[in-house]
Amino acid sequence: MGIILAIKKRFRFLIKLFRRKDRVRIGIYGPPNAGKTTLANRILRDWSGDIMGSPSEIPHETRRARLREGVKIEVNGKSLSIDIVDTPGIATKIDFHEFLKYGLSEEEAKRRAKEATEGVIEAIKWLDDLDGVLLVMDSTEDPFTQVNVTIVGNIEARNLPLLIVANKIDLPTASPARIKTAFPQHPVVPISALKGINIDALYKAMAEKFG
Amino acid sequence: MPSIRQWLKSLGEIMAVQLNLISKDMLERMASMEKLRMILDSVKEGKIVVLESGLSPEEEAKLIEMTMLEIDHENFVGIEVESYPIKEKSVFSKIFGKKKGRLTVIGPANRLKTIEKQEDVIKALIKI
Repeated sequence: MGIILAIKKRFRFLIKLFRRKDRVRIGIYGPPNAGKTTLANRILRDWSGDIMGSPSEIPHETRRARLREGVKIEVNGKSLSIDIVDTPGIATKIDFHEFLKYGLSEEEAKRRAKEATEGVIEAIKWLDDLDGVLLVMDSTEDPFTQVNVTIVGNIEARNLPLLIVANKIDLPTASPARIKTAFPQHPVVPISALKGINIDALYKAMAEKFG
Repeated sequence: MPSIRQWLKSLGEIMAVQLNLISKDMLERMASMEKLRMILDSVKEGKIVVLESGLSPEEEAKLIEMTMLEIDHENFVGIEVESYPIKEKSVFSKIFGKKKGRLTVIGPANRLKTIEKQEDVIKALIKI
């Protein structure tokens, strides 16, 4: 990469400071089944009354990035207008045999696997067109996965504001503290997107981080 | 001294996995695409690649993209990558974003499995 490009990329936050947008584009990222679509639905339901898509227990349910523009969030008198991008889950491997366990036919499973590979590429490409990221992690899982490390590394390399969402805290084995320990350099907000637990704290953090 | 072929033959029915240990010096001499191509080609042949100095976050993302393009759903279903999180941040890296990667292990997803990963320890199994 050329030095000029590298400098431009590095100081993107300064360029943005002088060219403040009316709206910020926020990507919802994470591994498959972390609850990205459930979170997108929660935000939309709370602030615009509709939903983004249907979540599913089958991994890679979201295989195309979905964009919803102009969602207005108001917290403590502070208003934030965002475009939400719900991205497909990022993975380093996609085996169609995994989908067979959920009762899909081989043909369906292979089609889903192919679409999922395309979705991963699309999610990575979207990183270049965002103003901030909500990285959703499943609090019941080990956060030290390569996918999480790679996503965090790429967000840091692009100087994008990042909020880590420790999701699924309604489950008995949830441990948001483990996520905080794994990524101490970034703010972590524990929530349950499904039940709406602590969701106001997330909106407050979003207003502060992305506003 | 027996050749590798003779040695492998002497193992008879015992299966073996080839490990490619790539030094930091060699990685620094290679262009990003050259590195990624070398990794992916080796992994698709069933080899385990160990990189002394790892990849940058951008290279890791590119490797995932390239992997997705090459998954054929029959013989190659993806990769398993494990590396330690990047720690140090030099003045140069802060300005130009050139973060140094740390030791990284990459293998075929159906052969390499991570058991446990901590900040400074990676435990993995290699299926033969």
